[in-house]
Amino acid sequence: MTPAPEVPVLETRGLRKAFGGLIATNDVSFRLPAGARHALIGPNGAGKTTLVNLLTGVLQPTDGRILLNGRDVTTLPSHRRVQLGLARTFQINQLFPDLTPLETLVLAVAQREGKATGWWRPVGRRGELLDEAGDLLERLGIAEERDQPVATIAYGKQRLLEIAVALAAKPSVLLLDEPAAGVPEAERHQILDVVAALPDSVSLVLIEHDMQLVFRFAHTISVLVNGGLFMEGPAAEVARDPRVKQVYLGEEPVYG
Amino acid sequence: MLTILFDGFAYGMLLFVLACGLSITLGLMNFINLAHGAFAMAGGYLTVVLMNRYGVSFFLCLPAGFIATAFLGAILERTLYVHLYGKSHLDQVLFSIGLVFMAMSAIDYFMGAQQQLITLPDSLRGRIDLFGISIGVYRLFVIGICLLLAVALQLVLSKTRFGSQLRAAVDDPRVAQGLGINVNLIFSLTFAFGSGLAGLGGVLGAEILGLDPGFPVKFMIYFLVVISVGGTTTLTGPFLASILLGIADVAGKYYMPKIGSFIIYTIMVLVLIWRPQGLFGRATAR
Amino acid sequence: MPQFLSMIWPGRATSRGKLADAARWHPLEIGFWVLALALLWLLPTRLLLLNEIAILALFALSLDLILGYAGIVSLGHAAFFGLGAYIAGLLARHGMNDPILGLLAAGAGAGLLGLLSSFLVLRGTDLTKLMVTLGVALILRELANKFDAITGGADGLTGVTMGPVLGLFEFDIFGSTAYLYSLSVLFVLFLVARQLVHSPFGLMLRAIKGNSLRTSAMGVPTNLRLVTIYTIAAAYAGIAGGLLAQTTQFVSLDVLDFHRSADVLLVLVLGGSGLLWGAIIGAVAFKLMYDWLAAITPQYWQFWVGMALVAIVLFGRGGLLGLAGMLRDRLRGLGGRA
Ligand SMILES: Nc1ncnc2c1ncn2[C@@H]1O[C@H](COP(=O)(O)OP(=O)(O)OP(=O)(O)O)[C@@H](O)[C@H]1O
Ligand SMILES: [Mg+2]
Repeated sequence: MTPAPEVPVLETRGLRKAFGGLIATNDVSFRLPAGARHALIGPNGAGKTTLVNLLTGVLQPTDGRILLNGRDVTTLPSHRRVQLGLARTFQINQLFPDLTPLETLVLAVAQREGKATGWWRPVGRRGELLDEAGDLLERLGIAEERDQPVATIAYGKQRLLEIAVALAAKPSVLLLDEPAAGVPEAERHQILDVVAALPDSVSLVLIEHDMQLVFRFAHTISVLVNGGLFMEGPAAEVARDPRVKQVYLGEEPVYG
Repeated sequence: MLTILFDGFAYGMLLFVLACGLSITLGLMNFINLAHGAFAMAGGYLTVVLMNRYGVSFFLCLPAGFIATAFLGAILERTLYVHLYGKSHLDQVLFSIGLVFMAMSAIDYFMGAQQQLITLPDSLRGRIDLFGISIGVYRLFVIGICLLLAVALQLVLSKTRFGSQLRAAVDDPRVAQGLGINVNLIFSLTFAFGSGLAGLGGVLGAEILGLDPGFPVKFMIYFLVVISVGGTTTLTGPFLASILLGIADVAGKYYMPKIGSFIIYTIMVLVLIWRPQGLFGRATAR
Repeated sequence: MPQFLSMIWPGRATSRGKLADAARWHPLEIGFWVLALALLWLLPTRLLLLNEIAILALFALSLDLILGYAGIVSLGHAAFFGLGAYIAGLLARHGMNDPILGLLAAGAGAGLLGLLSSFLVLRGTDLTKLMVTLGVALILRELANKFDAITGGADGLTGVTMGPVLGLFEFDIFGSTAYLYSLSVLFVLFLVARQLVHSPFGLMLRAIKGNSLRTSAMGVPTNLRLVTIYTIAAAYAGIAGGLLAQTTQFVSLDVLDFHRSADVLLVLVLGGSGLLWGAIIGAVAFKLMYDWLAAITPQYWQFWVGMALVAIVLFGRGGLLGLAGMLRDRLRGLGGRA
């Protein structure tokens, strides 16, 4: 592995989020080096999605700071963070049910290119956008469904589209919240293959419950329990740690 | 000055009784029923007919207005509204505006477009002096009834089994359903009851608010402000919002007749800027 | 599918897909505008009605931009219509008689109000949207009522006299200039709207309507887009109002009435929202219905409006155009089996 450069691409300092009395994110400080293949694991309700929501600006933290490429983005709105290179996928599909995959991706590409405010020339005559969107569809294997409303295409394909939309932003950091959630066993590998094939220029954080997939993908792992970072380290180390097994077997969490 | 405060309070209490049913149905089923005011109008016109044509006592009209509109609400809920629950807010808005228009023209057809007057019983007329404030007896009566209702509602909500089921359903209908609570039944009952309250408010308000076929549209904005400002998760929110609105409206129109009618809009704008989720309680419609 | 059928109804296109075809003009569309123009000679006695239809269509088109495309429910779209009407009326009354300049002013004024109120409208939930849109229209109506020295209050604003359009076409009592003028404005603004909704900006509005969480996660400043379209739509409505004031040479408080906001909702859902053409078809149907029903029971027109709203929600979402589409698909299905 290349040694981590000075400035992590993504960093949190003392991040906290309380929903009323419930502390969903508890004093999380972590650093993501450039080119990372990082997995975020933890039992259901551990606060993984909440953490992603905080990082991407969907939720405002109660306390703490978030830095993207060294820049404090804690108070920036979601869309600004995307423009700065932070993209994500959602655990539950967040797509446009009435639009087609092609339209969806054209918009995503147009937005990245700063062409999404064009208001005269029809989308259908913008070859450059259509070509790039078409390529993405090919690459992810959803070209067949390009002109069908998203609501009508197979769930697995929707999951792929979810990733394609995030990729269209050409992010430097990509957060994948259970990209294969709800996908039948047979298709899960297809989705993870897409993730594995991403270039090193994208730093990746993967949330996933399937340990086999996690260990195949991740170089480093963080374990989140009850909102707090329970442990983190190289994948092999985390795999060996008995406490992690305990957490996953649903026993009383041990606080380190 | 105190008289104004008192009148405003009476007005606010009336708004509360008129609007609280709407607040609950919105909180419970996320259903925007812009036709709520039509039920109030129904109560009002029922009173007019009963009193002026059949000489029924005003005091009898109160329960009659409640029961009749509650019944009407129950029927409409089962036959029409029930088709609208899963639908978009746009559909709900179109549908309930449609009902309002039909109700308005029906009233216009049968009763005419003019303002309706009722003659209150002697015992409710005149003014009395209370601690040096001159108070309209009828206003006092209205406050009395509404306070009684508010307290009763609060008790039902907090103390009875139905109340706790209702609160659970408002909190999260799906979870409540999972707990074996019959959310549909609760909604039907609440809808009917809320309509009844609106009808009762219509009876009480016929004298104070005025009554003509334009009633449901005229007061739509008041209802919307009450539930936007007050929220839909508690009764206290709409209650406080109603009082605030009532006093501000009455005082505004009295002290600044030229611009007083803008008071409620000013409140609306200020609240939106200051706290878009409403002054009291958490977000309203999901 | 037999050859001839696939020629009339081209199926899924190849290469760049449906997207490339979406913005292409359909022969029916061109036919409509030709017919609309021809009515000037075909129906010389109904030009006043036709003028009203064109204005209503523009008003509904404006609502379609925010409701059909961006998903913003409004109970007070008449605010912009009415403001435009008063601006155009007042300008003409005070000596600035050029129709086009008047329209531009009406559009700019209404657009400004749209811009300002959009920040309130877009702040909250659907409920607060309803409250604010309704409230803004009520405020304007109250203002127009209170400042009767300027607006004429309940008596209406009279003395609106217009100069010739483009300095060439004088308004006449038959309404032929009026109709041609309104139709031209409608046509131009329809063209612009048509480009707009097929452009990335317009498609993005549909995306925001579908899922604003996702558009934000795509890097889109969602609120800014909605503010933009709300402002544009307000300007459209203002121009429609301005047209009414100029061609009828009269403005009354009625332009700000609640029923006008409700009517335009009905027009749009009657024709089919989110299609642009729905606004036009809806306006035609609505005015014809009015012409017919109001002749029978003039007083209770409102009852039929209400009934239509209820019926559309319960039985026929998608409106007339949706119905036509369904029929076409059915026919196409028959063709496929043949
Ligand atoms: N908007 C919210 N309001 C209140 N509580 C919330 C909210 N979002 C999440 N929570 C709570 O915060 C906790 C963490 O939830 P989160 O969705 O982040 O868990 P997760 O680790 O992603 O779980 P899973 O593996 O099931 O996806 C849970 O107890 C959840 O109920
Ligand atoms: Mg999660």
